[in-house]
Amino acid sequence: MSFLETHALGVRYGGIRAVRGVDISVEEGETVALIGANGAGKSSMLNAIAGVLPHTGRVSFDNEDLTNRPVFDRVRLGISMVPEGRGVFGRLTVEENLLMGAYLGNSQKDQDLDLKQMYDFFPRLKERRRQTGGTLSGGEQQMLAIGRALMSRPKLLLLDEPSMGLAPIMVEKIFEVIRGVSKTGVTILLVEQNARLALQSSQRAYVMESGELSITGESNELLYSPKIRSSYLGEGD
Amino acid sequence: MKHFVQDLWRKFTGNKRALFFGYIFLFVALAVLPFLLSNTVGLTWVRILDFALIYAMLALGLNIVVGFAGLLDLGYIAFYAVGAYTWALLASPQFDLHLPFWAILPIGAGMAALFGVLLGAPTLRLRGDYLAIVTLGFGEIIRIFLNNLDHPINVTNGPIGINKIDPISIGGADLTRTHELLGVSFSGAHTYYYVLLTLLFMTVVICVRLEKSRIGRAWLAIREDELAAQAMGINTRNVKLLAFALGAMFGGIAGGLFASLQGFVSPESFGLLESIMVLCMVVLGGMGHVYGVLLGAILLTVLPEILRSTASPIQSTLFGDVYIDPEALRMLLFGLALILVMLIRPTGLWPSPKRRTSVDPDIAKD
Repeated sequence: MSFLETHALGVRYGGIRAVRGVDISVEEGETVALIGANGAGKSSMLNAIAGVLPHTGRVSFDNEDLTNRPVFDRVRLGISMVPEGRGVFGRLTVEENLLMGAYLGNSQKDQDLDLKQMYDFFPRLKERRRQTGGTLSGGEQQMLAIGRALMSRPKLLLLDEPSMGLAPIMVEKIFEVIRGVSKTGVTILLVEQNARLALQSSQRAYVMESGELSITGESNELLYSPKIRSSYLGEGD
Repeated sequence: MKHFVQDLWRKFTGNKRALFFGYIFLFVALAVLPFLLSNTVGLTWVRILDFALIYAMLALGLNIVVGFAGLLDLGYIAFYAVGAYTWALLASPQFDLHLPFWAILPIGAGMAALFGVLLGAPTLRLRGDYLAIVTLGFGEIIRIFLNNLDHPINVTNGPIGINKIDPISIGGADLTRTHELLGVSFSGAHTYYYVLLTLLFMTVVICVRLEKSRIGRAWLAIREDELAAQAMGINTRNVKLLAFALGAMFGGIAGGLFASLQGFVSPESFGLLESIMVLCMVVLGGMGHVYGVLLGAILLTVLPEILRSTASPIQSTLFGDVYIDPEALRMLLFGLALILVMLIRPTGLWPSPKRRTSVDPDIAKD
């Protein structure tokens, strides 16, 4: 059994089936990208895996069946999500935001240690640690959201559109961070509209189309696949 | 000017000795305040102060729900009503029950907390305006129930209300009577003042501790972004229910004290206007900031009373006659004050320091 596995995963919004029976698997230590057009069901997939959306089908993680488990249980098992739009707590300070990530536990000593590590990793956040989250720029907020998600010491990090609304130079920086996180051994499932960057920073990728998987494969192969190039990388044939 | 005051305040709070004497001064001032009032402007003002303290407790309870957890509750007065009626039914000739206060107070608090959960459970998925509408309905339901529970079995006495409610009595001494202690005579209003002040002090301590606790942080997270809060591993359902229950509990305690001080309760004390009044105290004082809410509650109880007692004399000395009814003037000025505060200080008179969002140069350095 893979580290993370979904089987016939389905998500419905009223009568609309956003995800229609999708099977994906992610191995430990991998970075896997989930790409596709707007409304393809990528974010719904991610939210279902995190547990914030009710779903049909099965999800298993680290040899545990997650189906019917509430979100906080999944967090406890080591799944941490960076929600779409970052979800920074605007009126809490940067430091409080980070500590919120360690809500479920770890001793005070471990928290201090993790906090110091986050500040080493994101020096910008250290400079601004007593500022409220809402006063940060978009890129800084994304770093904060990632740092906060890492504070729970996750085994699996779910990233929902980390490049959304950021300046190109910031997008580069964020992806550098994501690759850095991956190097520390954290498994990553990445939902991204910027297909090129997603493929460049992952080992494997799934392409979603109207709630179903259309193409799967190694990321560096997909980068050169004609179909991907014309549909998702904006290159005409 | 603003910076001057802020600097002064920072210097004051930074100086341990000054702070120590400040606390002593505050303690003495609060201790002699009722006597100062009763000997200068009259005993009525001590009673007004008592009600201000009750309202402060009520506002602090609502602040847990609205200020901390960000759940807009327009029917909060219902819990006040539950607390008041619990006291009234358990300590009055209505059923000829006369339980002691130390038994009723927890029962009332528990009943109110239970109603808090009853309101919270079906509204867990609602937020903002939708939640406001449902809570508004809930508040009205409770009031209408109290108004109509006089038949088929008479429980609440309907619109007439319940009379002759027992006051708090300690060791057989009725607290509404005048007592002599160490040569000083304490009237009922005076004694209640000290009891209420003690309870309010405990409420403040609990609220401040709560805000800094794990649960408090979870409430703030839910207020800021519920989805992200869930992603942090917060059991949002339980934490929200806890906010409803704890907020309601303080409302229930305040309600019980109100019933015992007043000696009489009727459904008309628990209307929508009262809910809005308490919400105004929270918003005007500084939503989410314990001391701000305290200030808001005291101001909004005491200022209208000052206006009520001064509006007529001022008008007759200036114009020789009373042109505007003080009651009408009260609502007019109240509305005006609210608009002004919201325009000039949208985060309230005394917002929580964290909500100042600008970059502080001193902080950026370290």
